[in-house]
Amino acid sequence: MLSKAWSHRTSYLFIAPFLICFMLFIVVPIVASVCLSFTYYNGIERPKFIGWSNYQYLIAQDLLFLKYALPNTFKFAVIVGPGGYAAAFLLAWLISRLRGGYRKWVALAMYTPSLTIGTAMTIIWLPLLSGDRIGYLNSFLLKIGFIDVPKLWVTKPELLMNSMIAVTLWSSMGVGFLAMLAGILNVDKTLYEAGRIDGIRSHLQELWYITIPSMKPQMLFGAVMAIVTTFKTGAIGVELSGQNPTPQYAGHLIVNHINDYGFIRFEMGYASTISVFLLAFMYFANKLSWRLFGSKEE
Amino acid sequence: MLAISVLMILPIVYIFNNAFKPYHELFVYPPTFFVREPSVQNFVELMLVTANSIVPISRYLFNSVFIALLSVIGVTLVSVLCAYPLSKHDFPGKRFIFAAIILMLMFTPEVIQIPRYLVVSSLGILNTYWGHLLPALALPVGVFLLKQFIDQIPDSLLEASRIDGANEIIVLARIVVPMSMPAIATVAILAFQNAWGSIDTSALFMQDDEMKTFPFFLSTLTSNLANNVARQGAAAVAALILLVPNLIFFVILQSKVISTMAHSGIK
Repeated sequence: MLSKAWSHRTSYLFIAPFLICFMLFIVVPIVASVCLSFTYYNGIERPKFIGWSNYQYLIAQDLLFLKYALPNTFKFAVIVGPGGYAAAFLLAWLISRLRGGYRKWVALAMYTPSLTIGTAMTIIWLPLLSGDRIGYLNSFLLKIGFIDVPKLWVTKPELLMNSMIAVTLWSSMGVGFLAMLAGILNVDKTLYEAGRIDGIRSHLQELWYITIPSMKPQMLFGAVMAIVTTFKTGAIGVELSGQNPTPQYAGHLIVNHINDYGFIRFEMGYASTISVFLLAFMYFANKLSWRLFGSKEE
Repeated sequence: MLAISVLMILPIVYIFNNAFKPYHELFVYPPTFFVREPSVQNFVELMLVTANSIVPISRYLFNSVFIALLSVIGVTLVSVLCAYPLSKHDFPGKRFIFAAIILMLMFTPEVIQIPRYLVVSSLGILNTYWGHLLPALALPVGVFLLKQFIDQIPDSLLEASRIDGANEIIVLARIVVPMSMPAIATVAILAFQNAWGSIDTSALFMQDDEMKTFPFFLSTLTSNLANNVARQGAAAVAALILLVPNLIFFVILQSKVISTMAHSGIK
């Protein structure tokens, strides 16, 4: 066993620096917080071991979670995950068809929301969506006669979720997008020529038969990142509506629920429980995407 | 395409314009996108505010630039080193490590702050540059991204150079790194963005003001602005200052991505 490990010493040596940091700052804290999920811990007193009761409470009694956080997150994720992913891929593909000079500027434009995310949220979307007559969207829609009364885009429960989805889609060109763009540009050009000789007629066929198969690793990366960022979104509803919790819990996502318990009610143990649950949730979404995009040998 | 780009780029336009708006325009009714009478009043205000701080602003700037540069170099180096064996070598535990990286990628950062603080403090790196740097080095996204790109490099290429007598370090430096340049540039962009914008490490791991970063300093200036008129101008400028390095870094690296790709490409 040891001699086997020794024969792979270069590999271990190479991964060691990352792995050490990874262990210290990511794995250890996460394991600690998984342990906390079995305790009652308020951040001040010593954690008290209470077994599975946090989990029991979560799936049986926590009405806010079952009635709002879970379905909201589900709805949000089902639209934003695949939607953002498809949008990122399509835009990356369109950009790759542009001439070289413009490319980086358009790529920059698309990536802007991710660069500015925190600041952009408050200063762009608030005036745009604000509920009174002077909000950009309202004043525009009023002017063209589409609506008669200003709509409360971010404070009315029915509309908040839609606004959240729109804003998140707008900002979904993140690292997955960059990776897919690089992936598309990386595809061997001779493959396209070969494809043309073999009778590929349209760009769409090219996309389907050549581009996508030859950039599977990047597609998978994009998919995983889409899942991760979607489920980790939380602050957006609070930022848009300016209220925490959001009006009638309309924009209450699982991450909000975690923050609520962790930093407002100081029940760190229970907050950890919800995090573990969210992790499980993501894991299954991930498995699904792996099934779709992963190559056979993985 | 152009219309979408315009829509996406709005925040930058807004931030630039806001920075030059005099006070009576920042609060104008209805709000405007473009500045009408540009002025540098806000910059002057920010300078006045910062001139009063105990720790000179240059110290914060130095901290930020220093940490950002080191962590870009560190993250890319460490991630490439880790991604290469994960992708191309075959060793016991590889699959498990990769699965762990993906799994940890998914955990929500909110609840690990307290345990993480305990780790940092027990390592004795509170209040040092290490406290800024080491937590930033573990960027699972970077490893994942690089691994996906390195997967695409044909094994035959690596084999060929091994037969020519290259050891693993040379293979990595001569073949893997040049061929995954687009991914490395992307990781560098991410690392820079993380390090430059991060206020968490300053808020949690640094007690001395001399060790805190520029963005943290700006955030203390401009926090609690929601219904406050004072310093809104300084805040607008601060947003601009925080954005510009990100923009520059992105444009430089992204054009590098595109130009390397135009020449090489994986054959």
